[in-house]
Amino acid sequence: MAAAKILLNQQNFEITLTRLCHQLIETHNNFENTVIIGLQPRGVFLSKRIHKQLVQLTKNKNILCGDLDITFYRDDFRQKELIPNQTNIPFIIENKNVILVDDVLFTGRTIRAGLDALLAFGRPKQVELLVLIDRRFSRHLPIQPNYVGKTIDSIQSQNVKVEWKETDGQDKVTLLNT
Amino acid sequence: MSHLSTNHLLGIKNITKNDIELILSTAKNFKEVINRPIKKVPSLRDITIANLFFENSTRTRTSFELAQKRLSADTVNFSASTSSVKKGETLIDTVNNILAMKVDMVVMRHPNAGACVFLSKKIKNCKIINAGDGAHEHPTQALLDAYSIQEKLGTLKGKKVVIVGDILHSRVALSNIFCLQKMGAQVKVCGPATLIPRYIKSLGVEVETDLKKALAWADVANMLRIQLERQDIKFFPSLREYSMMYGLTQDILDSLKKDILIMHPGPINRGVEISSEVADGKNSIILEQVENGVAIRMAVMFLLAGKQN
Repeated sequence: MAAAKILLNQQNFEITLTRLCHQLIETHNNFENTVIIGLQPRGVFLSKRIHKQLVQLTKNKNILCGDLDITFYRDDFRQKELIPNQTNIPFIIENKNVILVDDVLFTGRTIRAGLDALLAFGRPKQVELLVLIDRRFSRHLPIQPNYVGKTIDSIQSQNVKVEWKETDGQDKVTLLNT
Repeated sequence: MSHLSTNHLLGIKNITKNDIELILSTAKNFKEVINRPIKKVPSLRDITIANLFFENSTRTRTSFELAQKRLSADTVNFSASTSSVKKGETLIDTVNNILAMKVDMVVMRHPNAGACVFLSKKIKNCKIINAGDGAHEHPTQALLDAYSIQEKLGTLKGKKVVIVGDILHSRVALSNIFCLQKMGAQVKVCGPATLIPRYIKSLGVEVETDLKKALAWADVANMLRIQLERQDIKFFPSLREYSMMYGLTQDILDSLKKDILIMHPGPINRGVEISSEVADGKNSIILEQVENGVAIRMAVMFLLAGKQN
């Protein structure tokens, strides 16, 4: 087996995040009617990072950002043990543009559950999907992202590991062979 | 730590501290869910639950039913008074007939202690939740009490809880003692000597017959109802005398010079074990207990349903 392959190093990581932010500003302007929602657990690091950078770039301190836990909406919770995380959405998403944020898009099942979970907080005007890594050609459901950090080709047995400064000490994405 | 050590919730005695912690932390997530604009999640949409109530209940039954609905489970209700039990059917036959209709989980309340344990040994492929068996255990009540204390005081470890009233006939008391002790709290019981069982000391519980002394020691007081329906002989001269000796009034609370949490598992007999003023006062978390009950029961059913046989 080949060794682990680095997909994004520290420098690329930052460039990618900045690019994603600029792409968001292009479509959402000053985020007046747009909210960012990170999927628990790992999507939240990305959404917080993006939110922080957007506040700096747009000088709008009131951009809303929430965390969504989708454990209770999963279709596989009886096949493996899952531990729920916190949901923290202190606003209503009725008629808002929602940007759903997750770190890795693989089968699309998490996003499916996320879309379901989102409906408990109102009827959004529009939902978009932002992911750091898109593992294309591996989808189980017809779900595609609107904003992608990096698109990669991978096989089922491989794993994408995303590390964050906040918990792992460094920003890095690696493709692992297992 | 991510799953329960048991397939059934029969009592607090046979579950571990980890189980209790897992249930309490999952309940926290469900409490957030039931405070959303849309209070429902689809987790148990493929699960059918039978509620078998061989004894009257309002709160527990409504709470279980609401919890099931909020988890999107299908439910069937059964109460002994309107069923074939009246015609002489045995417990196992009744349950097996219901299970033959493909039920995944049974919530049972029964007037006899050990009914759920008995059932769990006789039937297969079904999760059982004890919703109160005689004067034995009432695990979900103990869990929701623990959750409510933890929510208000931050932790259970080292907290002093006094359970006041009819300890002898109370399943709430026994489950609470097991649960609080497993979580590191100190427990005292208080009541007339006739209503305190002798074996209670073997559980490491102190006995105090003076209400004021007990309250002065405690951080939390859990007031129990006098269960007249279970008392076949007189255990004290009159309700009025009981109320004078062990009824919690605002005057007693004021004399403590500290704030303690007041809890009650319901139904309240106002003016007997607790005065209206205290029951509705600022120290009382009685209605919060009821709210937390739904979250706790959602957590228990969610975790049991997710458990592989």
